[in-house]
Amino acid sequence: MTEATYTGALDLAAGAFLLTAVLIVWRRELSAIVRLLAWQGAALAVLPIIEGIYQREPAPIVVGVVVLLLRAVVLPILLARAVGTEDQERRESTPLVNTTASLLITAGLTVLAYAVTQPIIALDRSPTTRALPAVFAVILIAVFVMVSRRRALSQAVGFLMLDNSITATAFLITAGVPLIVELGASLDVLFAVFVLGLLTSHMRVAFGGTDLDQLRELRD
Amino acid sequence: MGILLLVPILAPLAAAALAAVLGWRRLSAWVTILAALSVLITAAVLGFGIESGVRFGVGDLLRVDSLGVTMLLVIGTVGTLATWASIGYIDAELAHRHTDQRGAHLYGVLLPVFLAAMALAVLANNIGVMWAAIEATTVATAFLVGHRRTRGALEASWKYVVICSVGIALAFLGTVLLYFASLHAGASSGQALDLDVLLSRAARLDPDVTRLAAGLLLLGYGAKVGLVPFHTWVADAQSQAPAPVSALMSGVLEAVAFCTLLRVKSVVDLSLGTGFLRTGLLTVGLLTLLVAASMLVVQKDFKRMLAYSSMENMGLIAIAASAGTRLAIAAILLHVLAHGIGKSLVFLAAGQLQAAHDSTAIRDVTGVLTRSRLIGASFAVGLAVLVGLPPFAMFASELSISRALAGAHLAWALGAALPLMVIAFAALVRHGTRMLLGPPDASSPAIAVPRSIAAALLTAVILSVALGMTAGPLTDLFHTAATQLGASH
Repeated sequence: MTEATYTGALDLAAGAFLLTAVLIVWRRELSAIVRLLAWQGAALAVLPIIEGIYQREPAPIVVGVVVLLLRAVVLPILLARAVGTEDQERRESTPLVNTTASLLITAGLTVLAYAVTQPIIALDRSPTTRALPAVFAVILIAVFVMVSRRRALSQAVGFLMLDNSITATAFLITAGVPLIVELGASLDVLFAVFVLGLLTSHMRVAFGGTDLDQLRELRD
Repeated sequence: MGILLLVPILAPLAAAALAAVLGWRRLSAWVTILAALSVLITAAVLGFGIESGVRFGVGDLLRVDSLGVTMLLVIGTVGTLATWASIGYIDAELAHRHTDQRGAHLYGVLLPVFLAAMALAVLANNIGVMWAAIEATTVATAFLVGHRRTRGALEASWKYVVICSVGIALAFLGTVLLYFASLHAGASSGQALDLDVLLSRAARLDPDVTRLAAGLLLLGYGAKVGLVPFHTWVADAQSQAPAPVSALMSGVLEAVAFCTLLRVKSVVDLSLGTGFLRTGLLTVGLLTLLVAASMLVVQKDFKRMLAYSSMENMGLIAIAASAGTRLAIAAILLHVLAHGIGKSLVFLAAGQLQAAHDSTAIRDVTGVLTRSRLIGASFAVGLAVLVGLPPFAMFASELSISRALAGAHLAWALGAALPLMVIAFAALVRHGTRMLLGPPDASSPAIAVPRSIAAALLTAVILSVALGMTAGPLTDLFHTAATQLGASH
C-alpha cells in the first residue's frame, strides 16, 4: 500500500465514521439508527486494519477483526433486541430539538472539534493524527444525541457512539491503547450495553414504555 | 509477597463464584464476609513495612503504596460491615416480598464483584486498567441500585448507569490523551500508562495535551466521586439502593474514585505545576459544596439527605486536595476512613427505618431514640461523626483541612467553604433531631433489628469511637501516603 492510498483510505474511513454519526442525528426510526450504528462500528474497525496492512503487522488486523465482531455485530444485535415491538416504541418520539436545528448543531460541533484537537495535531503531524478532527466531532455529536433524545434506546445509542469515537481517537493518535486496557474497556462496554438493554425491558414492564420523560419519580 | 496483592481481588471474586453456584445461602453470605475481611487483613499486613516504599505484584500489573493500603483499609472495613449487614437486610427483603430468590441470588453475586472491582481500582499500576475497574463498578452496581425493581429504583439505576458511563467515558478520553503524551515523551507502548513510568516522565509530557487530558480526567472521575457537573446520580442512586450498597457507594466507591484523581493529580502536577488542577478542584469542590448545602436545607427524604451529605464531604476533600500539602492529604485520608464508617452507621440505620415505615420521608419518622435504642444511638453517633463533632475523627480531619488550606494561602477558599459547611451542619442537625427526638407517635411501627445488622452497627460505633480517640499507627500511614504522592510540606 502506498503512502497516498494509505492516507486516502484513512480519511475515507474517518469520513464514513463521521457520516454515520450525522445520519444517526437525522433518522428517527430506531431500527435504522441501530443499523447505522453497526455501519459506524465497521468504519471504526477499518482504522486498525488499514494501519495493519500499511505497516505489514498482523496485530492491528486481529484487533480490527475483534472490534468488527463486537461493534458491528454483537452490540447492535443486543440493542436491536431491545427495540420494542409496538409501533409507538419503534420511533423516536417528538424530538426536543427538530431535525434541521439538530443538523446545524452537528455542523457547529464538527467545526468546534477542529479547534479542540489543535494541540494534539501540533504534537504529531502524521496522517493518522490529521484525521482526528472527524472522529473527535463524533464525541461531541454523541453527547448531543444523548441529551436531545427521549427514548431510552436512543440514549444507549448515544453512549455507544461516544464509546466508538473514543476508541477511534485511540486508534488514530496512539495506534490503540495497550491490549489489556482495550480488553477491559471492551468488556465494560459489552456489559454496560447488556445492562442498558435489560433496564430498557424492565422499564417497559414498569412504565409501559421507554420514554425518558416518564422518569420523574425522583426529585427534591 | 507480590502474590499478596492478588488476595483483595481474588478473594471477593471467589466469594462471588460461590454465591453464583449456591444462590442466597448462609454459607455464601459468610464466605463473602470473610472475603471482605481478607481485604482488611491484607491491608494490615501490607501496612507493616510499607515505609520501604512501593511494592509490585504480578509482573508490574499491580502496585501498592501507602495510599493503596489506606484505600484497601476503607474497602475492607466498610465492606465487612456492609456484607455482614446484608444477611439481615436480604432476609428482611425476602420476608416482606420486596425481592425474590432470584433477586437475592443476584445480590449475593454482584456485591462481592463490586468489592473486587474497587480493590482492582486501587491496586492497578496501569491507569487504563484503573479506569476499566472504575467502570466495572458502575456495571456491577447497576442492578444493585435497581434491586427493588420499583419505578423509582429503575429510574435511579438508568440515570446512574448513563451519567456515570458518560462521565467515565470522558475519563477514558483523558487517559488516551495522557497515553499519547506519554508515548511522545519516549515511553514504550506497553508501559506508557503505568503510574511509575508516567511519574518518572511527567516533566517531559506535552503541556497542552496534558492540560486537555487533566481536564477530562477531573470531570470524568469527578462524575464517580459525585462532583459537579455530573453529580445528579448521587441522590437518586444512594436513596434507591439497598442500605448496605448505599453505605458502600457513599463511603467507599466515591473515595476510591477520588483516590484515582489523587494519583492522576500527582502526575499532572509534576507536568503542569500545581496551579491547573488546583483551580479545577477548587471550582468543582466549592460548587459541589454549594449544591449539597442547599439541597440539605430543603430535604424531605432522609436517604437523599445522607446522599447529599456524601456530596458535601466529597466537595470538602476536593477543596482540601487543591491545597495539596502533606497535612491536607493526610487529613483527606483520615476523613475518608471516618466518613466511610460513619456513613455505614447512618445508612444501615436508615435502612431499618425505611423497612419499618415503608417510607423514607423525614416527616414519617419521629422518636427513634425512644423506640429503638440501637438504631437511634447508631443514627445519632453516625450523624455526630458526619457533622464533625468531637470526639469523632472528622472533627480532627476538618480542623487539619482548615489548617492546610490556611497554610497553602487558600484562606479565601476556606472562607467560602465554612459558611456552606455551617449551613449543611445546621440542616443535618435539624433533620436528625426531628427524627431522633421528636415525640413518638402512638401508631409508629416497631423497628426490627436483625442480629447481623445489630452486630455491624455495634462494630461501627466502636470503630468510630476508637478512631476518634486515636488514629494510632494510621497517622504514620497517612503521612507516608502523602509523601509518596509527592505532596509538599
